[in-house]
Amino acid sequence: MIKPEIASRQPLWLLAELTYKCPLQCPYCSNPLDFAGAGAELTTQEWIDVFTQAREMGAAQLGFSGGEPLVRQDLTELIAAARDLGYYTNLITSGLGLNAERMADFRQAGLDHIQISFQASDEEVNNMLAGSAKAFEQKLKMAREVKAQGYPMVLNFVTHRHNIDRIDRIIELCIELEADYVELATCQYYGWAFENRAALLPTRAQLEKAEAITQEYRQRLQAAGNPLKLIFVTPDYYEERPKKCMNGWGEIFLTVTPDGTALPCHSARMLPIEFPNVKTMSLEEIWQTSPGFNYFRGDAWMPEPCRSCDEKEQDLGGCRCQAFMLTGDMHATDPVCSKSPEHHRILAARQEAELAEEREMTYRNERNSRIFCRG
Amino acid sequence: MSAVAIQLEQVPRLNPMFRLQWEKAQDCWVLLYPEGMVKLNASAGAILTRVKGEASIAQLIEQLQAEYPEAEDLAEDVLGFFQHAQALNWILYD
Repeated sequence: MIKPEIASRQPLWLLAELTYKCPLQCPYCSNPLDFAGAGAELTTQEWIDVFTQAREMGAAQLGFSGGEPLVRQDLTELIAAARDLGYYTNLITSGLGLNAERMADFRQAGLDHIQISFQASDEEVNNMLAGSAKAFEQKLKMAREVKAQGYPMVLNFVTHRHNIDRIDRIIELCIELEADYVELATCQYYGWAFENRAALLPTRAQLEKAEAITQEYRQRLQAAGNPLKLIFVTPDYYEERPKKCMNGWGEIFLTVTPDGTALPCHSARMLPIEFPNVKTMSLEEIWQTSPGFNYFRGDAWMPEPCRSCDEKEQDLGGCRCQAFMLTGDMHATDPVCSKSPEHHRILAARQEAELAEEREMTYRNERNSRIFCRG
Repeated sequence: MSAVAIQLEQVPRLNPMFRLQWEKAQDCWVLLYPEGMVKLNASAGAILTRVKGEASIAQLIEQLQAEYPEAEDLAEDVLGFFQHAQALNWILYD
C-alpha cells in the first residue's frame, strides 16, 4: 500500500467500481448487500472525467474493480484513458470473462497489472465458494496467461475457515503459477462477509497455524532466492487494538461506486451519511469540502474511550463501518479495541468460531440482494 | 534475498514489475508497482532515471560524477543505492 507519510491529504488511490454485475456469488463479497438497488452505471465519458479530475488532485494508483470489471464492454477504452493520464492501472478481477486476446488488448492499452482472485487452491472448494463450476479452471488458465504476457501478477486468496487449513497448498499453487505477490487475506467482515461471518471466521488455532506455515514458506522462498512476496492479512477479530482503517477517513483513498457515489472507503456506503455523487459535484469539492468526506476527519468526533486515549493517533478509533455494524453507532470505538465497552461482541464472535457447526451461507447474487433492498 | 556483492561492470535494468515516473503532485520521481508507490529522493531519482539496461554501474558513476562534479563519495553512494535497490527487487542484471 501507499505509505502514509506521503499523504498531504491527496486521494492517491482511486478505486473505480465500474459495475456491481458479477458472474460469481462469493459469500464474502465486500459490495453492499443492497447493491441491486443502486442507480444506473456511469458512462464511459463520466468515468474518464472522474479519472482526469482525480489525477489532477494527485491520484497515482487506479484500481478497476467491481463487481466484475470485465463485464464493462468499454474497459479497454477506460484503461487507455487512465494510462494516458499517467495512472498505474490495476485490474482486480475474478478472471471470468477474460481471454488471451482481451488481455493482449488491455496490455496494448497500457494496463500495468492484473490481480486475479481465487477462492481456494482446489477445484471443489473454489467452485463451491464462487458458486460457479468452471471458475477454477478458467482462473488457472488466466493466471498462466497473465505471466505469459509479461504482466506483474498478484494473486489474491481470501481465506476463511473452509480453506485456511490448506494454506500450504494455496502457497504451492502460487509458486507454481509464478505469482509476484500473493495476498493471503483473511475475510474482512463487511458486506456479505458480515452476513456470513459465523460460517467464515476461522478459529484462533486455525489462524495461528496458517500464519506459521506462511512464515515457513517465506524463509524457504528467501533461501531459494525466489522474490515471491507473501502478504498475510489477519482478521482484526483476533486483535486487541483496531486497525487504522484506510489510513484515516478521507486521507489517501477514494472509491467511486458504479452509480457515481463517492466514498472514503468501499464499505462506507452502509453508513447513515449522505455521500456525494460525481454526477453532481466536482471531485475537488467532494474531497475537500463535502460533509461526507469530512465527517470523520480529525478527532473532534471521537467519544470516550477514544477521546482521552493516548493511542488514538495510532488507530484513529478504528473502523467506522465495523463500529456501526457491531454497535449500531458509527461514532463508537471500534469494538475490536479491548478498551471498548462493546468488546464482548468480538469475544462472542471468537467463541462462536470455536463451535464446529455447519452453517448455511447467503450467496452474493441479485436475488438475495433484492431481499436486502426491501429489508 | 542473499546479499550478493555488486560488481562495477554489471549492467542494471529496472525490474519491469516497477514503473519509474515523475509525479508532479509529489514533486519527485516515484516507482509505481501493483497497488503501491515509493517516493524517491533526489539522488535515487538521478540514479534510476539513468538505469536503462545499457550503462554499467561504473559508467553510471562516471555519468553522475560528470553531472555533479561537486559530489563527494559519489561512487560509494551509488553502490550503496544499488545494494539497497537489489534488496527491494527494483533492479535486475542480465
